[in-house]
Amino acid sequence: MTPLVGREAFPLLAAHPELVYLDSAATAQKPRAVLDAIREFYEHDYANPHRGAYALSVRATDRYQDARERVARFFGVADPDTLIFTRGTTESLNLVALAWGRAAVGAGDEIVVTAAEHHANFVPWQQLALERGARLRVCELTADGHIDLDHLQSLLGARTRVVAFHHVSNVLGTIAPVREIAAMARAAGAVSVCDGAQAAPHLRVDVDALEVDFYAASGHKMCGPMGIGVLVGRRAVLEAMPPWLTGGDMIEFVHDEHSTWNVLPHRLEAGTPNVAGAVGLAAAVDFLESVDMDAVRAHERGLLRAAYERLAAIEGVRIHGPGADERSGVLSFGVADIHPHDLATILDARHVCIRAGHHCAQPLMRRLGEPATARASFYLYNDASDIDALVAGIATARELFGHAGV
Amino acid sequence: MPASDGPAPHLQALYQELILDHYRRPRNQGALEHPDAAIERRNPSCGDIIRLQVAFEDGVVRALRFAGQGCAISQASASMMTQVLQGKPREEVERLSRRFTAMIGGDADAATDRSLGDLRALAGVARLPSRHGCALLAWKALADALARQG
Repeated sequence: MTPLVGREAFPLLAAHPELVYLDSAATAQKPRAVLDAIREFYEHDYANPHRGAYALSVRATDRYQDARERVARFFGVADPDTLIFTRGTTESLNLVALAWGRAAVGAGDEIVVTAAEHHANFVPWQQLALERGARLRVCELTADGHIDLDHLQSLLGARTRVVAFHHVSNVLGTIAPVREIAAMARAAGAVSVCDGAQAAPHLRVDVDALEVDFYAASGHKMCGPMGIGVLVGRRAVLEAMPPWLTGGDMIEFVHDEHSTWNVLPHRLEAGTPNVAGAVGLAAAVDFLESVDMDAVRAHERGLLRAAYERLAAIEGVRIHGPGADERSGVLSFGVADIHPHDLATILDARHVCIRAGHHCAQPLMRRLGEPATARASFYLYNDASDIDALVAGIATARELFGHAGV
Repeated sequence: MPASDGPAPHLQALYQELILDHYRRPRNQGALEHPDAAIERRNPSCGDIIRLQVAFEDGVVRALRFAGQGCAISQASASMMTQVLQGKPREEVERLSRRFTAMIGGDADAATDRSLGDLRALAGVARLPSRHGCALLAWKALADALARQG
């Protein structure tokens, strides 16, 4: 199996042919097209948008607005003004918890999250519950790691204000039925908040069709630059929200005693925006669409099947979560009594980059009964040779730890 | 599964029998009946935990016990630390702590210091910056315990 897009399109991978990069779930390597777009913006159209009375600033403003429209199209969002640029998924989810949540959640209300949430979609809700005197309810998972929809249904009630859940788990790779969960939340009168950080890079995501109230994603995991992400919200919910950060650009008029707010998207984007980040993210979605998201999914499925089969055949390997076809992007596992950090160090000596640890999902780790796992994740530049290197590295680790049979 | 083409020598030196033995059969594991200091230290980036208990007597570290969870390096470091330090005067404990920290920081002279005993097996961690925190976790707990004792 060859890469879907060759390493030559990714300057870092081209410059380091020895590197076996299996940590794309943490962050994806950057295609040259994205780096070029950022440089081109700084070299030709760079100024502070929105405030300028000169042509250059108008160009910068246009680039920012073009990027918003481009990224909105990628996410299947018809109304680009409902796409808010943020620093990333963490900021997007905190924005919802702090702006919407503080206004909408009160004492005795209930907040539902799942046991598989990344800390970014768990802790903001836990803290909101503590602050408001609300109750945090944790929806458990089925034996193979999917959200237990029966349990979820049993948690929903008249006091449920919000259901926060993942589209794709960053540990198990499980793909959640987003539309169905959003409908369950809606039927209970609750707002749905979906963490799409691990889905947007790998699956075709049509946010309008998912009918969620909020959807969050990070640019850097989908070939864009670090420091840019999105929050898509339903217009009525966004407009009912108080602002969260105040300052420049987000105001309409500042009186001595009070202020009035600008329209969407500006009222939720205080201060000088990250235009270069937005331009880079627009280039990234151009790149992904030129490759085709269905092809990305098919390529990863092939890699996941191969990796799952070969890892499962190694004595002492425990793979967490469902079979290869029910997951996207990531494979979490343990090897005998070799701690994932030791495994990662041994793989690193062979230039194989994996993630080891709790993956910012400690509630899930407790339920898996593992303090940490090793995680290999795949993207469009990976191929069968990367799986060979991973398997050979695991063999080395088993040898070092005295688990013979190599 | 393809045959391994052999681990790198620096990893062979690090994951040697002695370290794996301390990882799998940690010494001085458990709890003291009347500890003078009980410290829990976590490494938030990886989730490793060390719970260290110390009993002092007349300026001597009379007993050390630990419980923990984590990688071979963090657990072996804790196990060997308790073995080397138990029964040593406080000043000597502080000196050895400085020597061990220097060794992990890459001080070649410290790496040959015989007074560190088995701990010298961890010298290879020096060239793995991402693992320094693992090797030093138990020692940070020890520093907390010494500070608490005053």
